Amino acid sequence: LSWKELEEGAVVKGGTSVSYIVSGWRVNRPVINEAKCTNCLICWIYCPEPAIVRHEGGKVTIDYDHCKGCGICEAECPPKAIAMVKEQ
Amino acid sequence: MTLAQTVRVAALQGDEAVAEAVRQCDVDVVAAYPITPQTIIVEKLAEFVADGRFAGEFVPVESEHSALSACVGASATGARVFTATSSQGLAYMHEMLYNASGMRLPIVMAVANRALSAPLVLNADHSDMMGSRDCGWIQVYAENVEEIYDRTIQMFKLSEDPRVMLPSALNFEGFILSHDKERVRLLEEAPIRNFLGRPRPKYRLDPDAPMTFGAIATPDSYYEFRMQQAEAMKATLGVFEEVERDFEKFSGRRYGAVDAYNTDRADRLMVINGSAGGTMRAAARALNAAGENVGVLAIKLYRPFPVDEVLSHLSRCKTVITMDRSISLGAQSGPISEDIKSALLGAGENKPVMSVTYGIGGRDLLIDDGKKIFGMAKDGLQDGAGNMMYGVKG
Repeated sequence: LSWKELEEGAVVKGGTSVSYIVSGWRVNRPVINEAKCTNCLICWIYCPEPAIVRHEGGKVTIDYDHCKGCGICEAECPPKAIAMVKEQ
Repeated sequence: MTLAQTVRVAALQGDEAVAEAVRQCDVDVVAAYPITPQTIIVEKLAEFVADGRFAGEFVPVESEHSALSACVGASATGARVFTATSSQGLAYMHEMLYNASGMRLPIVMAVANRALSAPLVLNADHSDMMGSRDCGWIQVYAENVEEIYDRTIQMFKLSEDPRVMLPSALNFEGFILSHDKERVRLLEEAPIRNFLGRPRPKYRLDPDAPMTFGAIATPDSYYEFRMQQAEAMKATLGVFEEVERDFEKFSGRRYGAVDAYNTDRADRLMVINGSAGGTMRAAARALNAAGENVGVLAIKLYRPFPVDEVLSHLSRCKTVITMDRSISLGAQSGPISEDIKSALLGAGENKPVMSVTYGIGGRDLLIDDGKKIFGMAKDGLQDGAGNMMYGVKG
């Protein structure tokens, strides 16, 4: 866009990060071992992005579109139910 | 309403004049941290709040970085916002200065100019603002207390203009102006508020319609946002003139982007900013009364730099004397001198420029000093006079 077309002050509608896919940033992806997961939600609290999705009943899954692969969930998981697995 | 009815006379310090103007300007949010020599502004505003004379929100913060951050947030909601600082405080605000201008937020800030540490000093020079010269803020330098009062009012009008939408820094030297008590013809509140209207930004933060201000850019768009700011700076020159004209209609007072004394006749022309402008005019008048022919061009609006207007005053003289109250260490001369030399070169004018540094860390510049400096440029430039540290103990 030309400088005449952009919104001054880089003002954009809120919530645009939802459409910004960061899955390409990952080297390792977190994989949840459901057999070990106790649904304690520690990963949900610690995840710096909204990439841990909490479902009804407490079950968690990972939103890989918005997970950058930082590994905080693996480090914080008390029952060691999350493993970082190298992306193919 | 006649002009006489709008005026009430008071003896005010520069800082008090700022606080009084802010109180009258229907400001919504003030977030500021006290620092010498700006302290009186913050104290006065807090006093106005305590006395029920200021209806705006006063946010006492723990640092200047937070002060300007709070101002950025408040301004993004469409509020009229003010802050004030000096020296180390301005340095501490540095990263937020760019956020305010980049998000195009019309914040107004008073800067009681003070030299920077180390060594620690409380007195005036322009190194604080000159160190943040390129931050995208409009920069005005006032010369006396009444001008400080008037400019505070004008800055809101200028910054909030839809063609501008840039923050403004009103500069005046610490102690010399911040603490100097002078006669000020205060204006009535109603015509001030009528002159200002209310800020009407295109976008504002609203929980019901979320917006992101200063979103992430990439190399594909960042340059274009800076281009917008550069264009807004250009537009500011014209709007500044309109604001001054409209302000004059109800106040009877006008200053100009520059103040020119004898520039159409002088053989030696001194270019200066800040409080020393008046001192140097007094020196020039005394010399001219004794048969010499010198002039003074005081730069009021420093950013955007009114280059065409400046050049129109430089055309007649044989020698230019530039006066910088800040040091750009390692450079050939101070920032005003560099601006003037660049303007002259851009216009294809080749005339000698004597670059003078003065007043560093609050060192006085008196009328006799002005006479001496004009004298040094009398017979053309002496060797070594191309960049002179005036008044340093040698």
